[in-house]
Amino acid sequence: MAKVTLDFEKPIIELEQKIAEMRKYADNLDIADEIATLENKVDQLRQNVYSNLTRWQRVQLARHPDRPYTLDYIPLITEDFIELHGDRRFGDDKAIVAGFCKLNKETVLIVGHQKGRDTRSNIYRNFGMPNPEGYRKALRLMQLAAKFHRPVICLLDTPGAYPGIGAEERGQGEAIARNLFEMSHLPTPIIVVIIGEGASGGALGIGVGDRILMFENAWYSVISPESCSSILWRTWEYKEQAAEALKLTAPDLLEQGVIDRIIPEPMGGAHRNPQMMAQTLKEILIEELKALKKIKTDRLVQLRVEKFSKMGAWKE
Amino acid sequence: MAWFKRSKENISPDGQKKDIPDGMWTKCSGCSDIIHKKQLEQNLFTCPKCGYHFRIGSKEYFEILLDGGKFREMDKKMQSVDPLKFKDTKPYAGRISASIKKTKLFDAVRTCEGAINGIPVVVACMDFAFIGGSMGSVVGEKIARAADVARKKKQPLIIISSTGGARMMEGALSLMQMAKMSAKLAQLSDAGVPYISVLTDPTTGGVTASYAMLGDVHVAEPAALIGFAGPRVIKQTIGKDLPKGFQRSEFLLDKGFIDLIVHRKDMKETITKLLHHLL
Repeated sequence: MAKVTLDFEKPIIELEQKIAEMRKYADNLDIADEIATLENKVDQLRQNVYSNLTRWQRVQLARHPDRPYTLDYIPLITEDFIELHGDRRFGDDKAIVAGFCKLNKETVLIVGHQKGRDTRSNIYRNFGMPNPEGYRKALRLMQLAAKFHRPVICLLDTPGAYPGIGAEERGQGEAIARNLFEMSHLPTPIIVVIIGEGASGGALGIGVGDRILMFENAWYSVISPESCSSILWRTWEYKEQAAEALKLTAPDLLEQGVIDRIIPEPMGGAHRNPQMMAQTLKEILIEELKALKKIKTDRLVQLRVEKFSKMGAWKE
Repeated sequence: MAWFKRSKENISPDGQKKDIPDGMWTKCSGCSDIIHKKQLEQNLFTCPKCGYHFRIGSKEYFEILLDGGKFREMDKKMQSVDPLKFKDTKPYAGRISASIKKTKLFDAVRTCEGAINGIPVVVACMDFAFIGGSMGSVVGEKIARAADVARKKKQPLIIISSTGGARMMEGALSLMQMAKMSAKLAQLSDAGVPYISVLTDPTTGGVTASYAMLGDVHVAEPAALIGFAGPRVIKQTIGKDLPKGFQRSEFLLDKGFIDLIVHRKDMKETITKLLHHLL
């Protein structure tokens, strides 16, 4: 796979490459000291860049083509995954995957958006943009999970619900609305994790739950920075300002009371160390699930409604 | 006199429909007929000739639906607080105060209690004139509270939508209103209280993806634009022209997402009939 470097990462990647090259000759030449100096330098550089990311830079990290997706995490955090397909109405949407698996020896349902890695797989996955049947498949399986008292874990990562003719004909709005309605009182624990892009209703369509967690470099908002720019500034050029204005990063949303917890990523983003990222995710999911399982179902649903009822800001 | 003649249609901003016009005479956007203001009013702001429905707001709709035009408004002065200190070409705070001044409204929805042919109801009606009828925290909270009142008093809820969707300037908080209102509607439904969604032109975006599509019954005005994604976005995405009548009420009825299409003049009687069947 070709390595993709984001603009702001270039100095870091260049230094890393230089170090790697020097290591090749380290056996013959006495350059250990120089390597150590450079490594120090690159560490500092990383600290500097990654602890001062702008909102737009985080959006870019959330979209990094090497970033792990739902189907990358599932084998790393669970066992015995069995994918289930179709909405029993129209078809099977490849932009949303779902299935049962064992997390820490207990069965859970995982539902997640799925993007592709290259052109071919992206076309197959519709770039992670679901059609109505995707939301209906998700709902069908969530209701199945609830019927057998299995918790649900939703992994959000989509550039948005697909804006197409077929999607409208089959009721994209109704499909998302129905999921919000049903998920709000689904009698089983639901943990939502925004792992990459959380674009508007397309993300929220599988995003109502008891605990809302978010990866450090993910974004979540009512609209993508590009679309926001094109509507409010009438050009796509102001995406960086739009990202700033929308306050769409994990720390922003924690402050706004939209999410409950930030999941830290490895230095440089999830794609720099998918194993480590998966391990962190797994540990946090186990911990959160344990806490939720102690709450009686009726109370759980009541708390869920109260949680969302509090969101927003107004004066009277 | 111009020395050339326009061969194409007049340039108009995307064929967008205008709000209620001032002045004595109005040209119908449907058939270009000239209508007198009085006549338009008597006809509930629909064209007597072609049936074109002009866009109206909560003031007119409350008058049309509620007995004697009487109602008790709830949360009347609830206002946005600009939680993100949002600024694009203009600050959001400025947009709000300008809209309040211009429309004499506090936000894009008004909620009230009243009666429809003697049946006590809770009604929420959106105002497109207020920042495109966009839904943010205030719309979310007012509708959530209206649903609570309807549930506690066991009075049917009627929501009249007219909106471009969620309000961008409140970011994720606008998005979360969709979850909040849907949760409240689920509670209302579990309590066995009817909810009728009335869809008028336009009903798109986050409102379609939440309360507008969650009614026990969906009633639409004729030829209203109803959809999740806007037609321009779809056209841009697929790079093709859209079929005629796409995303209009009649299209949605045909696809099975609307129960019935009702002329504004028959709206009150239709809702009454429905409520008698459900209560």
